[in-house]
Amino acid sequence: MRSGAWWALLVLLAGVLVAFTVGRTPVSLPQLWAALSGGELSESLRTVVWQIRAPRIVAAVAVGAALSVAGAAFQGLFRNPLVSPDILGASAGAALGALLGIFFSLGLAGIQLAAFAGGLVAVALVYATGSAVRQGDPILVLLLAGIVIGSLLGAGIGLVKTLADPYNQLPAMTFWLLGSLAGAHADDLPALLVPVALGLGVLLLLRWRLDVMSLPEEEARALGARTTLLRVGIVAAATLVTAASVAAAGIVGWVGLVVPHLARFLVGPSFVRLLPTAALLGGGLLLFIDTLARSVAAVEIPLGILTALIGSPFFIALLGRAQKGWQ
Amino acid sequence: MIEAVDLRFGYPGRTVGQGLSLALRAGEVVALLGPNGGGKTTLLKTLLGLLPAQGGEVRLDGRSLTAWALPERARRVGYVPQGQASTFGYSARQMVLMGRTAHLGLIARPGARDQVVADQALRRLGIDHLADRSVHRMSGGERQLVLIARALAQEPRAVLLDEPTASLDFGNQGLVMRAIRALAGEGLGVLFTTHDPNQARRCADTALLLREGCVLAAGPVAQVVNAANLRALYGADVDDSGGPRGLPVFLPVFQAGVGGQ
Repeated sequence: MRSGAWWALLVLLAGVLVAFTVGRTPVSLPQLWAALSGGELSESLRTVVWQIRAPRIVAAVAVGAALSVAGAAFQGLFRNPLVSPDILGASAGAALGALLGIFFSLGLAGIQLAAFAGGLVAVALVYATGSAVRQGDPILVLLLAGIVIGSLLGAGIGLVKTLADPYNQLPAMTFWLLGSLAGAHADDLPALLVPVALGLGVLLLLRWRLDVMSLPEEEARALGARTTLLRVGIVAAATLVTAASVAAAGIVGWVGLVVPHLARFLVGPSFVRLLPTAALLGGGLLLFIDTLARSVAAVEIPLGILTALIGSPFFIALLGRAQKGWQ
Repeated sequence: MIEAVDLRFGYPGRTVGQGLSLALRAGEVVALLGPNGGGKTTLLKTLLGLLPAQGGEVRLDGRSLTAWALPERARRVGYVPQGQASTFGYSARQMVLMGRTAHLGLIARPGARDQVVADQALRRLGIDHLADRSVHRMSGGERQLVLIARALAQEPRAVLLDEPTASLDFGNQGLVMRAIRALAGEGLGVLFTTHDPNQARRCADTALLLREGCVLAAGPVAQVVNAANLRALYGADVDDSGGPRGLPVFLPVFQAGVGGQ
């Protein structure tokens, strides 16, 4: 149990090492060391390590950690291990925002901003809808509101795709919807890292409360937890990191669903250990998958395709041993 | 300790019961008896402040329940819900530690003292050997004891239990009843709902008979829990012809011509 988090850290470190060395331009370990320590090295290799791979590694780790922690937090909040970070429409909202950005030719920064805003607005809308309904279990109402607004956003996405220019805009939209880290540049990193650090920080600080919040609403309140306040905080933090991830990398499915299960398998259900482990493990695994995406074929394979390819059989295997998976 | 005065209770838009008064004192066990849908659970939730009182007042230590902050309330009154399987298989110790919520700040995690309190709670209920076992791998009775231990970790002065023996087997029912008696022995006020008049008769000091949200009878169990009242409470024939020594045994009549009237 205790060693679980170390395994996750090992996966992350191995992922970093592989991501630096593997690719169209192979970098040997001595060369990598030279680049990192400022030793003797050709300018082109130095560029590969510092300008191309390092930002992409940072982005992959941040996105993987963000989606995994958000997924784990939502699973706890909704008391349902089959929930993923897009349950409240964060991904769909961000996707619609990004597609509108592409549609109106806003440029990369504009598209990312539109995606980020779209994710936040979608979840705010879901939350407002859920709060307006004062009957029934608040968690169930929130979930249903998420499903309804999510399908509404899906219709919006379909509409924008239909209206888009099929030669210039549609391929960009499709590629974006499938997720990719190919566009990761050092200049764009703060837009990803700041919200992710903020959201992850809040979730990690509240992680013991997440144990309590995973109990039925009335039990948690009888234990003295201010559930309404905590729910707002957790949803806001998880939405922040999800929207920032989708804005930076497009839709990367499965990670937020599968990684929390893997982490639970390693360290058990308590969020005290689960959240840090999920962060390390999610960062490392997405890094591995992104390295595959850019090195396995002549063209980049969209991330979302690889995560689905790897994630779905994996998840079926997990379901087979379901009980163990979330105990 | 806990006092309800002329209480009207129910869910938003629906009143379940009214005109109810009761008092729970330290070291006393109160049993809440009544048919399904009679308002037992609703009353319990209102006493806990999980549902707002629709009229009258619930007082905790002489002050209106609404005047207490949520964590303050949780440090005084523990709640043992009907044991249901939780989504995630926390260990017994993790579960009991959650009882410390009201004692900890928003971003604090349980510390050494909380561990001690949790371990003590597990020991008091004789389940310290289950500390590291997942609640998914426990029997219903063991899980119920874990929930009682969790309520004790709140360090409350009163504990409210919702049908603590429902869905428990015979042996486990005895285990839980013994635990309830032991808590009262330590000076806690205990209130529990039950379907079994025999449990109320043997385990509680006073009983409150709740029918359609109104008090049918209330008082010391020896006076209140009797065949006539049970007949009125459940609208069913009651056989109390057994139990020749000591306490009467109440059974619903299921054989023509035996017991009942």
